[in-house]
Amino acid sequence: MTGNGITQIALYAIVLTALAYPLGAYMARVYTGTLRLPRWLTAPERGFYRLVGTSPDAEQTWKGYAKTSLVFMGVFGVLLYLLFRLQGHLPFNPDGMTAVLPHISINTTASFVTNTNWQYYGGETTMSYLSQMAGLAVQNFVSAGVGLAVLAAVIRGFARRSAGTIGNFWVDLYRSVAYILLPLAFVLAVILVSQGVVQTFDGAATATTVEGGEQSIARGPAATQVAIKQLGTNGGGFYNSNSAVPFENPTPFSNFLELLSILLIPAAQVFMFGRMVNARRQALPIFGAMLAMFAIGIAVILPAEQHGSQVLRDSGVNITAGDGQSGGNMADKEVRHGIATTSNWAVATTNASNGSVNGGHDALTAAGGAVPIVNMFTGEVIFGGVGSGLYGMLFFVVLAVFVAGLMVGRTPEYLGKKIEAREIKIAAVGALFVPTMVLVLTAISVVTDHGLASIFNPGAHGFSEALYAYDSQSNNNGSAFAGYGALEFSSLLGSLALWLGRFAPLVAALALGGALAAKKTVPASAGTFRTDGATFAVLLVGVVVLTAGLMIFPALTLGPIVEALS
Amino acid sequence: MTRELGRATLAVVVLTAVLGLAYPLLFTGLAQVVFPNRADGSLIERDGEVVGSRLAAQAFTKPEYFHPRPSGTDPEYNAAGTTFANLGPTSPDLAAAVEERAEAILALERPYNTDLELGDIPVDAVVTSGSGIDPHISPANARMQTPRIAEERGLSTERVEELVEEHTDGRFLGVLGEPGVNVLELNLALDEENR
Repeated sequence: MTGNGITQIALYAIVLTALAYPLGAYMARVYTGTLRLPRWLTAPERGFYRLVGTSPDAEQTWKGYAKTSLVFMGVFGVLLYLLFRLQGHLPFNPDGMTAVLPHISINTTASFVTNTNWQYYGGETTMSYLSQMAGLAVQNFVSAGVGLAVLAAVIRGFARRSAGTIGNFWVDLYRSVAYILLPLAFVLAVILVSQGVVQTFDGAATATTVEGGEQSIARGPAATQVAIKQLGTNGGGFYNSNSAVPFENPTPFSNFLELLSILLIPAAQVFMFGRMVNARRQALPIFGAMLAMFAIGIAVILPAEQHGSQVLRDSGVNITAGDGQSGGNMADKEVRHGIATTSNWAVATTNASNGSVNGGHDALTAAGGAVPIVNMFTGEVIFGGVGSGLYGMLFFVVLAVFVAGLMVGRTPEYLGKKIEAREIKIAAVGALFVPTMVLVLTAISVVTDHGLASIFNPGAHGFSEALYAYDSQSNNNGSAFAGYGALEFSSLLGSLALWLGRFAPLVAALALGGALAAKKTVPASAGTFRTDGATFAVLLVGVVVLTAGLMIFPALTLGPIVEALS
Repeated sequence: MTRELGRATLAVVVLTAVLGLAYPLLFTGLAQVVFPNRADGSLIERDGEVVGSRLAAQAFTKPEYFHPRPSGTDPEYNAAGTTFANLGPTSPDLAAAVEERAEAILALERPYNTDLELGDIPVDAVVTSGSGIDPHISPANARMQTPRIAEERGLSTERVEELVEEHTDGRFLGVLGEPGVNVLELNLALDEENR
């Protein structure tokens, strides 16, 4: 751990908070319909509503909202699958990519529709430019838009009294994409190109190298896709090595912006929540709890990576930081990124459901690699995914309020709403379904020969690869211990994890929103447990850490802990 | 349900046309006008021929050139098939690869730098990068190779150090990221020096 490394990460947290606050205020106006825009800008919006036969006044119940969003995702899934299978016959394919294998297509479809971007393929060796830009990049916008839309609806449930509806899916989706995601992505894409991220429809370039060899350099319309994959907590790289590749992340400046983009909207949506429920202070303990858990991850991974892996420490080469190198565990890391930003990235990308990487996670040290596994296992509620992060955290908020209610012996309340058996059941399902699935699927994958065949590294690290794979896919993260192989069995088991991991919390969150919307509010009294202070932040961290920590600990002892002791 | 399906299909078609075709096409037009070289991959030409990209390492094996970091791609430095090596922190394969690379470095550099010890080799010189085409080496790595370059090219150590300094990409705002020496640009500058 170096002074500069700590400075870099502190600067990151400060700039992130400073940007998230105003963005959150803006987003609240987008979803409460109080944003005033010129008529020419809203003309396409009115056209879109006419097309899908709806209007901002036509609100939906939570069930209607859930149904519309699920059908929409299903139709997009069909299109995506067809695109991958037929890309060889379609335009924008200068490098002559052929059809993607069926099981890879199934997994990739599930992966991108669910905002995961787990990649059982290498972008530059598998996908045509059409598949990248009209398939994958579109999903990067739309799946993030679905997440934000659902979050807005759930928050309305917290804000409204005795209401039967929580919003209109098409309206929330359109506004998410047109007024939040697209403008941010455009600005970021321009800056990325200025740094050297490629954006062209020409095929791979061929160079005759200085020593006379031949080098093929893959290119494509990358900047537009990279910008939204960072902002929309998607994470799917244009290139196989994701944001470690210079054509996707060329400079320390591009790296800082891409890193900020991972958590920007997830952090902003917390402030948005405070405004939408007309209680801005309520956002503070949630934000504080998230920031604290971010810091815990940093405190583990940064010294671990700087200290280096067993192999490198035993090798005798120089891994000491300073004097012209960042030192430490540089395996599968880039020189321009070094230890600090790569550690920062590994934490941020698994706090969020982003999953992009700027260095290889399979090569992380034992303790360093445990951090992403635990982060994801919380359900990605440490800022979390665009939309999904906060609605996931709201499950824990309800559980924390319930625990607090038990401690003081009163009916738990949150924002003036009585939290009763139904809400607690929904929150428990929302918080526990996915981690349970992670453990079950990991177990299946390591007791079957088909599952074991995907493991790349020997010993305990091999188990960590399998655990990481189902943790990542079930929680819709998308990062990987990338040695884990893309075999048929693993692809299909992973597809199941991807779909269920998206739908279960999403439907549970909408159900929670619907249940709360219908309730009356009761005025706060002297006995009401306060949820806008530091005590609640501590309680919230405690509930998240205990819930996720106790479930993942046995699995950690089989993987990273054995590895650290060996 | 049919009505729901019809609406969703229309939305999918429109969103794909706008976000998946119109937007990237227009943006590419813009990028090609404003940043043509960068949008095309930061290609470098010498004598009218493309010799590589400043953003991709390429193989250098001759003693008069700085050598890039090891690469995990197949073949090495494949800029059309990037990959991590994915060897875990206790991997015997990683241990063997590191040992082999360190021995090769000592064998290569010691004739020019007799004091070089195993403990002097900076770690980035013996492990693969994330992309497999990391265009940079650490300044410490460049310093280790400098005596060889100077002797092979008949240049003073000071002159080589100057050129290394010139082709070092620093931290952003002096704080963010890590300094790195761009190997291809540096080697091209060395060739220019010897012309």
